Amino acid sequence: MIDRSAPRKLAAELRAQFEAQGAVPVEPPFLLPAETLLDLYGEDIRGRAYVTSDPARGEMFMRPDFTVPVVEMHMAQGAEPARYTYAGEVFRRQEENPDRAIEYLQVGYEVFDRADPVGAEAEVFARIASALKPMGLKAVTGDIGLLRAAIEGLETTDRRKAALLRHIWHPRRFRALLDRFSGRAPVPAARAALLNAADPLANAGPMIGLRSAAEIEDRITALKEDAATAPLSERELELIEALLDVRETVPFALEQLRDLAVDLPAINGAVDRMAARGAALEKLGVSLDTLEFEATYGRTSMEYYDGFVFGLIAEDRPDLPPVASGGRYDALTSKLGQGREIPAVGGVIRPGLVLDLGGLS
Amino acid sequence: MTIKIGVPSKGRLMEKTFDWFAERGVSLSRAGSEREYAGKVEGIEGVELVLLSAGEIPRELSAGRIHLGVTGQDLIREKLSQWDQRVEELAELGFGQADLIIAVPQVWVDVDTLEDLDAVSAAFRAEHGFRLRIATKYHRLVREYLKEHGVADYQLVDSQGATEGTIKNLTAESVADITSSGETLRANHLKILSDALVLRSQATLFKARGLKLSDEDRATRTELLKKLGVWN
Repeated sequence: MIDRSAPRKLAAELRAQFEAQGAVPVEPPFLLPAETLLDLYGEDIRGRAYVTSDPARGEMFMRPDFTVPVVEMHMAQGAEPARYTYAGEVFRRQEENPDRAIEYLQVGYEVFDRADPVGAEAEVFARIASALKPMGLKAVTGDIGLLRAAIEGLETTDRRKAALLRHIWHPRRFRALLDRFSGRAPVPAARAALLNAADPLANAGPMIGLRSAAEIEDRITALKEDAATAPLSERELELIEALLDVRETVPFALEQLRDLAVDLPAINGAVDRMAARGAALEKLGVSLDTLEFEATYGRTSMEYYDGFVFGLIAEDRPDLPPVASGGRYDALTSKLGQGREIPAVGGVIRPGLVLDLGGLS
Repeated sequence: MTIKIGVPSKGRLMEKTFDWFAERGVSLSRAGSEREYAGKVEGIEGVELVLLSAGEIPRELSAGRIHLGVTGQDLIREKLSQWDQRVEELAELGFGQADLIIAVPQVWVDVDTLEDLDAVSAAFRAEHGFRLRIATKYHRLVREYLKEHGVADYQLVDSQGATEGTIKNLTAESVADITSSGETLRANHLKILSDALVLRSQATLFKARGLKLSDEDRATRTELLKKLGVWN
């Protein structure tokens, strides 16, 4: 039997603390329509979340996190700026790690505020970090916004940039695309044959399925245009790699990024923003000298977190997931809101892990 | 007690399994009539034959209701999470070869690799407003494979049979299925992606792991495995 009373009590205390700091408590539903989550995360979500169903509503997911229902509540009825807090169970399939918890509590703090984005980021981080201060956790931050800015600044076609941005959270496919666009990977034989064919659709067999001849022809045109596009330069690839390698405390990371920005001016705005965030964090009493920065932090585990991200980690327990994590997820709200811009940043604490690690006293 | 061995109850897979055992001095046969799913074992004492659908053998092994079983590697990997913790492969039997592949219409001349499938999925979603559908019964295997290879914007739709027909019937754009010769695919105007072999599978003898056996049963199992030449 899991002891639920202690984590529940801690979760309630943390939520009360966030409430006292001005957040409105909310109680999102347990069951979420599957379609929304599948549209956002694709089939992969089936490997992480439990699915159930009924004949009238179809497939439903047991909430794997609070982000989607909180955003939906905010979009339906929230005025900005808004601050929300919640506490409750989330449910995660753990096929690959059967020792990890399949249900656990999360306490969250979310801010929707478009007036002062870096201020909101600093606020979320500082509130969560200060709630967990007695634990002496290591804080790691990152910023996917730098990589986004670097991609947007590449000297190449919009189509290639869109392909890279689409796979920013899938490092393996991202790498394969960079290799393709730079000419590091050879053109596959079938692709070369297609590009050289006088009439590619001759002898191709009957048209079957929903994808039309026009769609096939459009892609062939796009592939031909792409083949005629100059490859990404080695210089640009090296700069992207250097950017992905930045791993320092915040002040040193900023220095490295400023150096990189000399050759990669597209990231200047993102670096300025990181500097402004640092100033906002210091104003809230966070020391930057011990705050770690990793350019790729959260890249594989936090899809749709597209700017500032953070995690609070028990350094002597690498076997455990972060005790708290969060960041900016404008990409998610924009997709959920079908293009509506709803700046959002938030974070969650896992009270169960707090207690496993000795609690807050 | 006895050692129970699960074997597919039908067709060529059953016959070939019987042949494989017979070549090693263990005679398996159906008891009584063609319709009866009871079995007979000769050549060793204390072993019982259980005839089951190949698809149920993974579950029965995992639950410990049978001690040994013959089924495809594809079914073990699809139906058991962390399969290698639950069963051990003792021997590939050299028949029942089947590759789990991903196929698209032949007329998709612009698609030959996973990279193409991924790019087309993005364009298809933008054009049609829903994710490109891949029909399969191997949900877990295909999902894990596509995740590992960074393919996005697709969805899996369930198809328990006649999967190759789903594209013509407009219920899917692509299929992920088992093929041995590829003939059915060609007949349905489909082609296999050149770099997307999800799994190579054949009929395999598996042992359930972590069973509590009596000394007597353990000795029987050892004797059987030695006779079959798979004891190590």
